[in-house]
Amino acid sequence: MSLMDLSACELLQKFHSREASALEITQDALSRIQSRDSQVQAFLSRDEEGALAAAARIDRKRESGEPLGRLAGLPVAIKDNICVQGWKATCASRMLESFSPPYHAHVTERLQAEDAVLIGRTNLDEFAMGSSCENSAVQLTYNPWNLQCSPGGSSGGSAAAVAAGMTPLALGSDTGGSIRQPASFCGIVGLKPTYGRISRYGLIAFASSLDQIGPFSRTVSDAALMLDVLSGHDRRDSTSMNLPPAEAHRTIDSPVPGLKIGVLSTPLVVGADSEVEASVSAALQMYQNELGATLQEIQLPNLKYGIAAYYVIAPSEASSNLARYDGVHYGHRASSFSNLTEMYEASRGEGFGDEVKRRIMIGTYTLSSGYYDAYYLKAMQVRRLIADDFTRAFEQVDVIITPTSPSPAFQTGALKDDPVRMYLEDAYTVPVNLAGLPAISIPCGLTKAGLPIGLQLIAPAYQEERLLQAARMFEQATAWHQQRPATF
Amino acid sequence: MQLTLSDVEKVARLARLKLAPEELDRLQRQLGSILDYVDLLNEVDTTGVAPMAHAADVLNVFRDDVPTASLPRSQALANAPKASEKYFLVPPILEGN
Repeated sequence: MSLMDLSACELLQKFHSREASALEITQDALSRIQSRDSQVQAFLSRDEEGALAAAARIDRKRESGEPLGRLAGLPVAIKDNICVQGWKATCASRMLESFSPPYHAHVTERLQAEDAVLIGRTNLDEFAMGSSCENSAVQLTYNPWNLQCSPGGSSGGSAAAVAAGMTPLALGSDTGGSIRQPASFCGIVGLKPTYGRISRYGLIAFASSLDQIGPFSRTVSDAALMLDVLSGHDRRDSTSMNLPPAEAHRTIDSPVPGLKIGVLSTPLVVGADSEVEASVSAALQMYQNELGATLQEIQLPNLKYGIAAYYVIAPSEASSNLARYDGVHYGHRASSFSNLTEMYEASRGEGFGDEVKRRIMIGTYTLSSGYYDAYYLKAMQVRRLIADDFTRAFEQVDVIITPTSPSPAFQTGALKDDPVRMYLEDAYTVPVNLAGLPAISIPCGLTKAGLPIGLQLIAPAYQEERLLQAARMFEQATAWHQQRPATF
Repeated sequence: MQLTLSDVEKVARLARLKLAPEELDRLQRQLGSILDYVDLLNEVDTTGVAPMAHAADVLNVFRDDVPTASLPRSQALANAPKASEKYFLVPPILEGN
C-alpha cells in the first residue's frame, strides 16, 4: 500500500491527522514516478528539488500551527502548456523547447497559494492539438491500462500520470475534449468547467474561445476540491467571469433530488463501440433504477455538425494565435535564411510539427479572403445553433449524459494517417466546448480487453455544483473508480 | 473540395510556413479531405442566425488606467533567440543593407 493509492481527499485527512507528512507524500509520488514513468512516459520533466522544498515548507507550517491551504501537501502534475515560473513550458513543441515563462499562470498561483506541491510537467499533443499524445515532438505516452494503447489527448500525460498512481491530481486543458477524452481512456475523472470559470492567464493559447483549464483526479470529490481552488475571477483574463469561486466540495455528497437526465434520441456516432454503448446504457439504468433519476429523450439536431464547425473555428483561432511564433521574441529561430520573411518561414517550418502545420494551414485557408463567409462565418452560425440546442434541452433536464468517447483507447499509431477519423473521436466532447458548458468524464466500465470506458455528464453554464453532485451519485453507487490498471 | 498545389503554396505563404515538397503534397490531400468533411455545414440553414464568436457573455472589459510595474527588460529579453542588452535583434529589413 502506497500513499499514492489514496485519493486527494484521503491524503488530506492523513496529512491533517499527522499520519503522513507532506514530505512523505511527495517522496511517495516521486518514487512512483521513478519506478513507473519509464514505462508510461507521462512526464516531460519533474522538479524533485522544488517539490521536496515545498513539501518541507508545508510541513513546517503545520508544525508551527500556521493556517494551511486547502491542498496542503498534495502533489499536482502540470500539463506542459500551463506556465510555472522557474520551469520550462514547451507545449511539447520544438518551437518552445527552450522557453521559460517569466510568470506563473493564474492556476499555478492558486495551487501554490493553497499549499499544493507542483511535481512536474506532463506530455501533450503539440500545442494541445490532438487526441492521442502522438503529436508530441518529445515522446509518446502510453496508457497505463495497456501500454500498447494511447492515453488519449491532448492532456494524455496528465491523465496517464494520475491513472498510473504517480500523482493524485493533475491539471489539463480542454479545447475540444482534451481533458475528458484522456480521462475516459485512462479510467479516471476529468472535469472541463464552464468557459470563463477558471482564468486562462498563463495557459498557452490554442483556440481562445474554446480553451478551458480543468483538473484530473481519481474521484469526483477530488475534482470538486480542485474546482473550488482554481475557479474565481481574475482580471488578467478578460473572459474570466466575475463570479465567486465555486463551492462544489461543500455540497458534493448531496444527491440531486429528482434528477432529470437527458439522453440523445439519436447517437452522434454511427457504429460506435458496442461495449461503450452497453456500459453507458447500464449507467443510465443505474441512475434510473437505483438513484431515483428520470431519463428523458432529447433532440439536439445540430450536434452532429459539431465536429465540422469545430474544425473550422479551432484551426482559425489557432492560425491567428500561433502567428506570434515568429522567431523574434521567444521560440525557435532558424539558423539559415537570407531575409526577414525567410526567417519567419524557416523558423515556423522547422519549429512546428505536422498536426500544428495542418491546423495553421486549415485556419489560414478558412480565414482567407473569399473563403471567410463560406467557412468561418458559417461555422460561427452553426455554433450558435448548437448552443441553442443545449439551452432548449436544459429547459427540460438537469444534466445530459453521453459516452465521453465513441470508443475505448485505440492502439498507438492506429489513426495516425487519418486526420478526419481522429477528429471524429471527439464527436461527443466538441459540442460542449462550442457551447461553453461544463462537463465531466467519470469511469463507468471496462471492456473485455480491460480498457476503461468513460461516461460524460454535461450541465448548464456555471452549474458545476449540480454536475459534480450528479457524477458523485454514480460514483457512490459503483466501484469503477476503484479499479486500477493491472499493469502496475 | 479540390485544392491545387498552387492553392496550398499560397496558403503556406500567407501562414509564413516553409514546407518541403512532400509536405505540400500531403497537405494538398489532407486539406482537401478535411474541407470535404467541413462541407457538411452547408446542410444547415443558417439564414438570419447571428454568428457566435464566443461562449462567454462578456463584452469590452475595462480596467482603471493605473500604471503598474511591467515585466523587467532582462526578463522580457531572456527567451529571445537573439538579443542585445536592450533590444531584440532581427535581420536587416531594408533592401540594400
